[in-house]
Amino acid sequence: MENWKIEHEGDGLATLVFDRAGTSTNTLSQDALVELNEALDELDRKPPKALIVRSGKTNGFIAGADVSEFGQLSNPAAAQAFVKRGWDTLMRLSNVSYPTLALIKGFCLGGGLELALACRYRVAIDDPSTRLGLPEVMLGIVPGWGGIMRLPRLTGAPAALDLLLTGKTIDARKAKKLGIVDECVPERIMENTARGMLRALPPPRALPLPLSLTLAPVARKLIAAQAEKKVAQRARRDHYPAPYAILELFRRYDGNPLAPPDGDPASITALMQTPTAANLIRVFGLQERLKTLGKEDDFAASHVHVVGGGTMGGDIAAWCALRGLTVTLQDQTSERLAPAMGRAAKLFAERLKEPRRVRAATDRLIPDVEGYGVARADVIIEAIFENVDAKRAVFATLERKARPDALLATNTSSIPLEEIAAELPDPTRLVGLHFFNPVQRMMLVEIVHGRDTQPALVARGAAFARQIDKLPLPVKSAPGFLVNRLLAPYLMTAMRCVDEGIAAETVDEAALAFGMPMGPIELADTVGLDICLAVGRMLDPDAEPPRKLKALIDAGKLGKKTGQGFYTWVNGKAQKTAAGAPPADLARRLVDPFVAEAKAALADGIVADADLVDAGAIFGTGFAPFRGGPLHYAATPEGGAR
Amino acid sequence: MNEPIYIVDGARTPFLKSRNRPGPFAASDLATDAGRALLLRQAFAPTELDEVILGCAAPSPDEVNIGRVAALRMGCGHKVPGWTVMRNCASGMQALDSALMNVRAGRSDLILAGGVDALSRAPLLFSDAMVMWLSKWYAAKTIGQRAALLAQFRPGFFAPVIGLMKGVTDPVVGLLMGQTAENMAYRFGITRREMDEFAARSHQRVLAAQKAGYFAHEIVPLYDNDGTLYAADDGVREDSTVENLAKLRPFFDRKYGNVTAGNSSQITDGGTWLVLASARGVERHKLEPKGRIVDSQWAALDPAQMGLGPVHAATPILRRHQLGLNDLDAWEINEAFAAQVIACERAWASDEFCRDELGLPEALGVLDQSKLNVDGGAIAIGHPVGASGTRIVLHLLNVLERTGGKRGIAAICIGGGQGGAMLVERV
Repeated sequence: MENWKIEHEGDGLATLVFDRAGTSTNTLSQDALVELNEALDELDRKPPKALIVRSGKTNGFIAGADVSEFGQLSNPAAAQAFVKRGWDTLMRLSNVSYPTLALIKGFCLGGGLELALACRYRVAIDDPSTRLGLPEVMLGIVPGWGGIMRLPRLTGAPAALDLLLTGKTIDARKAKKLGIVDECVPERIMENTARGMLRALPPPRALPLPLSLTLAPVARKLIAAQAEKKVAQRARRDHYPAPYAILELFRRYDGNPLAPPDGDPASITALMQTPTAANLIRVFGLQERLKTLGKEDDFAASHVHVVGGGTMGGDIAAWCALRGLTVTLQDQTSERLAPAMGRAAKLFAERLKEPRRVRAATDRLIPDVEGYGVARADVIIEAIFENVDAKRAVFATLERKARPDALLATNTSSIPLEEIAAELPDPTRLVGLHFFNPVQRMMLVEIVHGRDTQPALVARGAAFARQIDKLPLPVKSAPGFLVNRLLAPYLMTAMRCVDEGIAAETVDEAALAFGMPMGPIELADTVGLDICLAVGRMLDPDAEPPRKLKALIDAGKLGKKTGQGFYTWVNGKAQKTAAGAPPADLARRLVDPFVAEAKAALADGIVADADLVDAGAIFGTGFAPFRGGPLHYAATPEGGAR
Repeated sequence: MNEPIYIVDGARTPFLKSRNRPGPFAASDLATDAGRALLLRQAFAPTELDEVILGCAAPSPDEVNIGRVAALRMGCGHKVPGWTVMRNCASGMQALDSALMNVRAGRSDLILAGGVDALSRAPLLFSDAMVMWLSKWYAAKTIGQRAALLAQFRPGFFAPVIGLMKGVTDPVVGLLMGQTAENMAYRFGITRREMDEFAARSHQRVLAAQKAGYFAHEIVPLYDNDGTLYAADDGVREDSTVENLAKLRPFFDRKYGNVTAGNSSQITDGGTWLVLASARGVERHKLEPKGRIVDSQWAALDPAQMGLGPVHAATPILRRHQLGLNDLDAWEINEAFAAQVIACERAWASDEFCRDELGLPEALGVLDQSKLNVDGGAIAIGHPVGASGTRIVLHLLNVLERTGGKRGIAAICIGGGQGGAMLVERV
């Protein structure tokens, strides 16, 4: 066996170690499943007293199935066989005659968690790297190897459905609280714990009465119906069939994806018929590709200096501190830094929760009006207001004080890199690191390079983006770079529709029906109408701005940040009246400029290839992910030119 | 053994008055926020320090060895030792003195030393009666035992002991610190009005210094978790006039005493740090020191007369260096109480006192008021017990720099009956 190893110990205990050959991350490929059966055969011949299942790799337990194998599933029969092999193998594992225990350190996702659920016991290591979850829904598929059947039996229906339908990951402590793992222990006693449990053989934890009732057929129907209402608010069935399939499998088939007959919407064939799964898997691949873009340089920053404590600068600084870097944040006065410090404290409390970790993050974020941090920083990010003279002055000072090997970067969204760098002693040293608002949610960072920018610095910028868990996208310095350039014509078109008399709600509804996560008018209000106007002007200086946009800006109504824009905003939510039925071609009218601009950006070489245009559109604008990106969509019959 | 220690730089937090509830910052937060800003502007990295010494009279139970906690939180790394010193009100000066001793011992060349206290977070404690009852409760095993204990419980058990009040009471002579100040008033004939005038002047001087920006480079602004900015000492008041101060009732000897909350130092949260180096350290790290501590002295006396500590500590320094009171260009005497500072002045001006208590042939002289606490003191700024000893050294140096002075003395009285003093020079 190449991927699995059985180790026997004197007292009858055996360990089954998964160390997938030829890769640094454990994934349950079809080969690995075949071999797992062979391993179980061997254990059948000489059954141990008890079996520990663990990973032989230090970076985690098992990350899931091998996503690259999905692409080879060209027909429903192949897909059925793929699912059946995993289902049957894990069913066999769950029925062996000896007690089994999964020892989980690091990531335990998808098929990996399903394997752990098929063991009798689970012990998780209490460490921030331990993450458990069933993210299949995010790829447009369902957990097909027993997760929908076994998870609710451990946690009750509501908690299980929450994990299944969102695909989110949880840490070891939450997993213990929910009952998914039996013990959550520090690494120093994990061996003792596993062996101790297998000696004592505690009875499997029974669900307390209220939760066990949620598994009864009547309860399943009610709970699933409620969950479906919530899903419908965020994902339409015709765009995203997977969550609905999960609910159906839970409701009627006890999680067995092989049970629904062909033609049933919960069947594997039905899921395969829409392009959603293939497109979402493609998006996952695009994300992985962006991650590799940061691998050329092993740069590891420890100190970042941010100039500009406004919304962007403050949030970039907070994010970097959250990710473990020491950050000095500079603005003209201490008063101007106060809002950023307050927002940072909130972010740390929300994301880190544990008081000691929150405090450590706060300690890492240092207000620095005098700019003492410049001389120490590995990365310096300028994020002041969009004025080329002000930026030049800032960089002149920064360049004098910074280390010669420090990365100098600007967060500008509209000023060409060459203009900011013009007066630097070495203009090739400046790179753009363009973050998106809100920084804590938008994963994309455009790594902007001008005509003369040193390529090595682009690689360094990408490596830094990866270090802080962002997705780097190298782009050429041209107006709008990629993301704003794609968004502007789309938003302008939407606003011109409103000028023509179509209600804003209707325009947004057309886009939502197409699959955009947020309507363009609501998005414009969120970004800020003044910014929309500025970006529009930069990209098309001669065009007349939409009338209503201008009128709102002149009246000081700038959107969400002022409480009033196209919509009235209350408590961060747009107050929308019921949308009318959008005219049939409205969605096309909105999306066509997006696609046209994507083609133009590709032709202009803003990014290296069409896949990266799609990646930027999806991760930077939220372009309907299940459609795979604007260029991918344009190549389909539905999206093709009329 | 006369090697000085060089003062390279220093900074402090704003001093925040305690307002009858826990303040926004724990003592280690104050120390960390001021220290990391101070370290950021140095030529060396925090990891290059030889040690960190922090004076603290009342750390919270979760800040044990607060000097080490602060060192780790400020990014000094695992390899820099940190420790905590306590000599009541002079803990912050003790830290500097211990740094001086370690330099002279050849142990350290680059030291971060200071003092901090968050008196607003001084704990409320269970009374002894409550503690006894609770220990029986935890030991009880049966319902019968528990029922019996419940019957024994008295609501009075809930009354907490205020930790702060314990802290400001001398455990040996049983006097509140303010009562020792009343002793000073009695001994030297200091009137209520004189105390109030001194206090009013302290507030005015602080206000003038704030307006002139004299504290700007000294203070590191802080932000709490709501993003609220604290940029200045907030205990000083425009309306602390003699007339208004006269309206306050005596606080320590109720009814007919003289010492009020208004002419005493305030209960405050704050922290102060100095970057200190030996001559070797200055050379190795290419530092540019602003001053140096040339001499230090500790003295002890009757706890009931503790206010005279500065006199007993500063006089030996004056004698050793053949200095008269007004040969110094500036003085900082911590304003624990107006009566206490005035008492020091009168002691030095008294033939009898100088003969009987200092072994001098006659009075040392009258201290020039225009050189003493020129920018105000603890009556207006506050007295976070651990921090004051460092603050007065730091501010003394800043005053010398500003006025072109060469030498000054910082001195502090210490609850329990001690005094500390340091001779500071500019370089």
